[in-house]
Amino acid sequence: MTPVVLLAPLVLGFAGLGWPDNRTRPRILLAGALIHAAGMAGLWILPGPPILEGYLALDAPGKVVLSTTSALFLASAVYAQGYLRRRDDRDNRVFVGGLLVLLFAMTAVGLAQHLGVLWVAIELTTLATAPLIYFNHNARSLEAAWKYLLVSSLGIALALMGTFFLALSGAGPGGPKSLLLADLVRAGPELSKPWVRAAFVFLLVGYGTKMGLAPLHSWKPDAYGEAPGLLGALLSGGVTNFAFLSVARVFQVTRAAGEADFACDALLALGLLSMALAAVFMAGQRDFKRMLAYSSVEHMGILAVGLGLGGSAVGGAFYHVVNNGLSKGVLFLAAGNIHRAYGSKRTDEVRGAARRLPVSGPLFLAGFLAVTGTPPFSPFWSEFVILNGAFGAGRWGVGALFLLFLAVIFVGMGATVLKVVQGDDRGAPERAGFGDSWLTAGPPLVLMVLVLALGLWLPQALQGLFAAAAQIVAGS
Amino acid sequence: MASWTDMVFVLVVVIDLFLLASSRLGAAIRAVALQGALLSLLTLLLASTAHDLGHVLLLSVGAFAIKAVLIPWLMFRAIREAAIRREVEPIVGYVPSMMLGGAGVVLSFAFSRALPLPTPEMHPFLVPTALATVWTGMLLVVSRRKAVTQVLGFLVLENGVFVFGQLLADIMPVMVEAGVLLDLLAAVFVMGIVMFHINREFASLDTDALASLKD
Repeated sequence: MTPVVLLAPLVLGFAGLGWPDNRTRPRILLAGALIHAAGMAGLWILPGPPILEGYLALDAPGKVVLSTTSALFLASAVYAQGYLRRRDDRDNRVFVGGLLVLLFAMTAVGLAQHLGVLWVAIELTTLATAPLIYFNHNARSLEAAWKYLLVSSLGIALALMGTFFLALSGAGPGGPKSLLLADLVRAGPELSKPWVRAAFVFLLVGYGTKMGLAPLHSWKPDAYGEAPGLLGALLSGGVTNFAFLSVARVFQVTRAAGEADFACDALLALGLLSMALAAVFMAGQRDFKRMLAYSSVEHMGILAVGLGLGGSAVGGAFYHVVNNGLSKGVLFLAAGNIHRAYGSKRTDEVRGAARRLPVSGPLFLAGFLAVTGTPPFSPFWSEFVILNGAFGAGRWGVGALFLLFLAVIFVGMGATVLKVVQGDDRGAPERAGFGDSWLTAGPPLVLMVLVLALGLWLPQALQGLFAAAAQIVAGS
Repeated sequence: MASWTDMVFVLVVVIDLFLLASSRLGAAIRAVALQGALLSLLTLLLASTAHDLGHVLLLSVGAFAIKAVLIPWLMFRAIREAAIRREVEPIVGYVPSMMLGGAGVVLSFAFSRALPLPTPEMHPFLVPTALATVWTGMLLVVSRRKAVTQVLGFLVLENGVFVFGQLLADIMPVMVEAGVLLDLLAAVFVMGIVMFHINREFASLDTDALASLKD
């Protein structure tokens, strides 16, 4: 089943690039998403063996991120059917092909058990995304794509340097001379410590750029602001989660080498900085898509804090990966609908979305409540587990800052969201024919129901999976 | 042989410093091409202890074809189409960037002294050269305005990573090496397309025109 999940998106991606008809092409996207989701479901029932001599295998951390992304991609692919029909003025060849190649690259990141393969796959996610950001073909989306490409390429180059450092740390006599995760972890203390430390710094900066942790987030507001909502959902709920997975893999090796304390401090510092920066920039944000970008910076910060705290918080971080993926899907897809119905994403022009879009408007509000950690939605629980981990480990300072930033962000984000959702929409800019439809409002609604359901009841299988992922990454 | 290798390392660092001081884009592209050619030569010079000669030849020829020929050719085409010759008013001036570059070289030597290699030493200049070149590349990307110069900076950064990779030529799996070259090509290829569009939208390759997205 694993080869199907990996290769079907790639094959269909090329099919999409070659397909002649603009109107029927989006169905290839849907087919790719369905096969991927079915394959992932199959892997839950019947785990597949490692492929390519163990270079690719599905372990618990990969399964968390990949399952989330598969669900999110399916929702986005359904949404794309409605979205691309409304945008049939635009050639969607590159968009459909690029999205499927992106799904292939993300799947490869999720499966990678070799840090070289992981790096190549991360690079491919960048290359596949840049043309997608440029979908609207105007000066603003070009600027966003250029910034994204340049900043990400720098990060990726530094990550390669870090990967080389890590290879070198195990290249001494008796070292593993390998970049396979299992070999590196087994070698553990045999690795050259100074080089592991240097490698962690370079890899954290490199993959941290892909995650969009502050202060490496500069591409994020532009890319999320200009990209179609559907791509924003996949970037903030998919690609960045995979970048977090990459950091977690590197952390796994660093911990095995006995440098966990150093790595945890670095993760906590960047994580709290990201939350602080998001809190500052979220207040008074006048563009609701850029606001979502800062929310993504915040949640990457939460993930970094969870991983940095160690102990029970790591399981909470993996739980949060799922919640972040699903709730970002709700927010970006709903925001995309609002953006199109008004032809504007500025909060001084958009108002009364709940009236004009009876599904997307309230969903945007519900998504905001979920993502800021309001019970009973699932992000509340994962943030609670992380916070509990902080206090349980006696990290009072970290816990207090975490709570403070969450509170400030709730207020800042709430002001913007309420401006968009509430009020009277008469007099606001309007574009006819962009109301809610089943295809565009249905997918975020389903994701929202999932977020609520996971908040009310977390299946045993998922709890076990988070615990297994935490065990692999942080030994806790 | 040793003095030849010394010479190549020194030249790579000299090109780093030259790039930081250069305002003429044509000269800068030629310098990056020369640096690429030197790296391809370096692969051969350092290969005396390698087990797999075919592998070394492939890497050397591949580096020459991509770093010294193909990419410089693409860059020349880009500046010809956009009709630009000079970097105007870099964000950090030429003299300060030279000094920062020089400081980078000194720090690179200090850093590599502090971090002993776990492997038998290949060449004492290798790690400092790699780090200084990475530093130069970063500096060029953040301190220049023209898209072409930023891409050149990225290439220099990649060159630095390539030099470091030489340490692992024996033990690194084939696909990581292949990944370096392929991804380099792909990155610039996509960047080239993007630049083409920037060119059409703004009639220049000045990334300052790309400044409407701000908070």
